[in-house]
Amino acid sequence: MAAATKKSRTEKAIVTCILVFGGILVSIPFLWMISSSFKPESEVLAIPPTIIPDNPTIENYINLFTNMNFAVYLRNTLVIVFFSFIGLLFNAMAGYGFAKYDFKGREKVFYLVLATMMIPGQVTMIPVYLILNAMGLTNTMTGIVLPGLAVAFSIFLFRQFMTTIPDDLIEAARLDGAGEWYIFFRLVIPIAKPIFAVQGILTFIAGWNSFLWPLIIANDESLYTLSVGLSLLQGQYANNFALQMAGAAFMVVPIIIIFAFFQKYIVEGFTMSGIK
Amino acid sequence: MNQLYKNRHPYMFIAPAVILLAVFSVIPIGVALVISFTDMNLKGLADWSSISFIGIENYKQLFSDDTFLKSIYNTFFYVIIGVPLVIICSLSIALLLNYGSNWLFTTFRAVYYMPSITNIIAVAVIWGYLYNTEYGLFNYLLSFLSVENIPWLGEPTIAKISLIILAVWKGIGINMIIFLAALQGIPKSYYEAAEIDGANRIQMLFHVTLPLLRYATFFVSVTTLIGWMQFFEEPFVMTEGGPLNGTMSIALFIYKEGFQFSQFGYAAAGSFVLFAMIIIVTVLQFKLRKSDTEY
Repeated sequence: MAAATKKSRTEKAIVTCILVFGGILVSIPFLWMISSSFKPESEVLAIPPTIIPDNPTIENYINLFTNMNFAVYLRNTLVIVFFSFIGLLFNAMAGYGFAKYDFKGREKVFYLVLATMMIPGQVTMIPVYLILNAMGLTNTMTGIVLPGLAVAFSIFLFRQFMTTIPDDLIEAARLDGAGEWYIFFRLVIPIAKPIFAVQGILTFIAGWNSFLWPLIIANDESLYTLSVGLSLLQGQYANNFALQMAGAAFMVVPIIIIFAFFQKYIVEGFTMSGIK
Repeated sequence: MNQLYKNRHPYMFIAPAVILLAVFSVIPIGVALVISFTDMNLKGLADWSSISFIGIENYKQLFSDDTFLKSIYNTFFYVIIGVPLVIICSLSIALLLNYGSNWLFTTFRAVYYMPSITNIIAVAVIWGYLYNTEYGLFNYLLSFLSVENIPWLGEPTIAKISLIILAVWKGIGINMIIFLAALQGIPKSYYEAAEIDGANRIQMLFHVTLPLLRYATFFVSVTTLIGWMQFFEEPFVMTEGGPLNGTMSIALFIYKEGFQFSQFGYAAAGSFVLFAMIIIVTVLQFKLRKSDTEY
């Protein structure tokens, strides 16, 4: 027995070493981004490169807001995030409707929702643009936000979770005279908190990162999101890597912080979805 | 009528999301199918009467378009190298992470997951700098091993491989989590039983763990394959399909035809070819799976 524990201890040490080494390899791009973003323009092109900046500066970050319109991009991105949370509520409502009501055509409509998950984005990209164009919504915030509000996968996960809420509980509330909306907001949402946590984080990340659709729909710089602005910056300041890294860090670091706090929920969310 | 009003609630709950999905996912399929048989372009966008039906002309033209054929070749290049790499890497990392549960393991779980939630433009900006031929970190590090400067994004085949490295880095996270969830669902008693039977670690991996991960592996391979068939963002932000269309994927071809050259009809036809290929590959996977579950 003593031999066995000793063996598994060396084994554990080896596993840990491999993990740490791989982890450092995976995070090189992030570490390099952070370090370069604090370098002055001259130092970032120096050969050999410095690992820790010799003359650290936050000038690059200030430049994002003075030379570029990062304040506007940030506002637009937050508007998109806000609306995608309204979309999240729609998805939750739909999930609840499919899980807890019996109505005509329920199975058919639900299968249709699932079927939309299989359609590649490239197929719908062009017709959605044409539809928005016919509605006069190109180059508007509405046009950017609207197509992404309903997410089939999210409806599916909400339905899966809400099916587990006991019918008796909802029936009891009904007998007490609670209205359907009251039941949804006051009873169902509090019970479904874990799935809301997962979906909330994923929705935030998706909204914050949204790129392609804003790029297609927005012509005015006043509608650009952070990622569209960042790709503009990459084009305009092709050789100012320090400024580019600051822009990238400004996009990436908030997500990393949020994720670090909530990663437990994301992992649990996948276990919850029943993918095993 | 009264009955309908009484039963209105389920419909009110599902209506917003279902209507949005119908308008932006279901109806577009029909629209795309119709315009794929027309010569719709920028002129047609302004004046619908100038659009005319041209039958399967777009589809015929696609298969004599060198750029499109090249994009099919490139897409298969990405898929054949990238998909196995993603599956092997994410499975190995999940197996390692499943080894312990202290803070070190949770921290590294987060580290490996991070690339997959990082914004693609930020990724492109960072990797563009790392891959830079003169000032990039990679060529600098390789110079210690006296390797000549590698044109990471400057030569068609190397550029494809560079994009695969980037995409694997970005793709590991989500699949690793799925494998991890599956691993944690395997009952401890199976391993205890194997131990009593005198199985060693390697035997346990191949005869207990991997067979029990069959469903997760299948799920991951189907979704990864579908995702890589639509390989788009990496070439779009890193190389725009160049050099010499060397990194052009089918999805990027569709985007360029549609939104840069405004050939909406032609692009829609391309998107249906891609859709058909995805369906065929997915059906094939399900067929192959059926035959192996019977042992």
